[in-house]
Amino acid sequence: MADDQEKTASPFVAVLVGASKQWILLILIAFFAFFSLAAPGFFSVLGVTNIAVYTAEPLLLALGETFVIISGGIDLSVGALLGFTGVVSALLMKALWLSTHNVTPSILISAVAGLGVGTALGAINGLLIAKLKVPPFVVTLGMLGIARGCTFILTAGHSIIGLPEVLGIVGNYYIFGFLPISALITVMLVLLACFILAKTRLGRYTYSIGGSRQASIRSGVPVDGYTIRIYALSGFMAAWAGILILARFSTGSPLAGQNSELNSIAAAVIGGTSLMGGIGTIPGTVVGALIVGVLLVGLVIMNVQPYWQMVSVGGILILAVFIDNIRYRRGNAE
Amino acid sequence: MRERRSDMDRQAILKVESICKYFGGNHAVQDVSFEIYPGEVVGLIGDNGAGKSTLIKMIAGVHRPTRGSISWMGKKLEETNPREVRDRGIETIYQDLALADNLRVSSNLFLGREQMKKLLGIIEILDEKTMLSQAKEILSRLDIQIPDLRTTVRDLSGGQRQSIAIGKAIFWEAKLLIMDEPTAALGVIERANILNLIKKLRDQGVSVILISHNLTDVFEVTDRLIVLRRGVKIRELLTRETSESELVQLMIGSAN
Repeated sequence: MADDQEKTASPFVAVLVGASKQWILLILIAFFAFFSLAAPGFFSVLGVTNIAVYTAEPLLLALGETFVIISGGIDLSVGALLGFTGVVSALLMKALWLSTHNVTPSILISAVAGLGVGTALGAINGLLIAKLKVPPFVVTLGMLGIARGCTFILTAGHSIIGLPEVLGIVGNYYIFGFLPISALITVMLVLLACFILAKTRLGRYTYSIGGSRQASIRSGVPVDGYTIRIYALSGFMAAWAGILILARFSTGSPLAGQNSELNSIAAAVIGGTSLMGGIGTIPGTVVGALIVGVLLVGLVIMNVQPYWQMVSVGGILILAVFIDNIRYRRGNAE
Repeated sequence: MRERRSDMDRQAILKVESICKYFGGNHAVQDVSFEIYPGEVVGLIGDNGAGKSTLIKMIAGVHRPTRGSISWMGKKLEETNPREVRDRGIETIYQDLALADNLRVSSNLFLGREQMKKLLGIIEILDEKTMLSQAKEILSRLDIQIPDLRTTVRDLSGGQRQSIAIGKAIFWEAKLLIMDEPTAALGVIERANILNLIKKLRDQGVSVILISHNLTDVFEVTDRLIVLRRGVKIRELLTRETSESELVQLMIGSAN
């Protein structure tokens, strides 16, 4: 039956399916070439720097999302965790700074606290999924509401301003004049994610749980514990994104990270992570996130309303999942 | 000294005594007793619903017996935790094999018990090289031929997958291997390979409990047979002293 489907599928679909990994890179290059020609100023140091800055946030969220999706789950709460950790850090920073007048310790302590809060909320996601057996979709959708709601409650809906000036200077610092500090930190976290996924037990079990939860349990993998760690890692990455955005704008906005679950899931899935679980890579996700970032910056430079970026990413996401489904069916037919 | 050794060899490694399992009013297993000795293949046969699965799940620690006891190496197995049972040397291979299709052969063999090494003296990382070479060693000891251990299990044939599941089970020095219908989905050649593998395990001193509907398999590879019917042990007999027609009659209960 699957054979029939293959034969009747249009050449266009066949090309897309056969395409997979390398083609995603080609699509990125095609987008890049298109905007270089269509949007004057896109292909410049500033343009490329902007892509790096605008890719950082979806990419950080997508790193954690990649682990979660490989393990067979989904994390819809990443954007809300980003917003919550940013605001918690901002409030703490302001309080510490005003009471102690020590700038550096205030910034560092509140950043570390933010990372802790994000990781803890991620771990709670994992705990509910592993122990109460509530589906990941429901748990993280609930967490999205809880974290975003608490963000608005804590701030009464207003942005937190009056943070130390140093924060904005550090957050917008360009190393050697062209490498944004947020890009550098993102690169380091990408390398960390690559390392964890390829070299550690956590990475191995992320794949095995997504490949076969039953096989993992029977083989003695502590599946519950690792599920908690995987969602905690997602929360940790979301918290980094929250802190980098807080530093860049020097303002704790309760709106930060709204709708970014779309970008992060899209980046992971476009990059070849399968929603069926068990399959995905960090380099793929990096390329996926770059496609999302290139679209955003390219459309802005072309003076197109940036909302079109959401429209296009949404479209590409559906297309990517469609292709993944066909690949999955084809794999099963063998 | 030598005498004592042969004495120990003749001692049962597994002793099941008057074991019962009731699910509500359903007597799935009723008062079954048997023993397993080192290096023998014992067939557990019976029609559907005879209680074979329930029986092996009690040995594997999945179900707790309602009554009766199971002893392993002279000690009572009282925990119902499958992991502890496995750690003591009883491995069970179910029909769904419990392999992660997306992982390599070597990763599957070591799943849950990865070999680690230290990076920079502090960080624990997976030691793929050691795992690959150890995997190669065990598979060649069992004559299991997989050209490249970096192949994902998804890309293997049914027989190869079954071999990997067996290799994985005995990798960790299992003394007793329980197999549920290992040849059910296999072609002729692969079936022969698996049966040879079972004989090889027996020759290496591993005991095997084999559940099979295929009486040809049973006659080819087992030493002894335990026949179950509706949860009760009907008969225990030596394979070489029975015939296919006698077994069928025992299983369906038309002779007594």
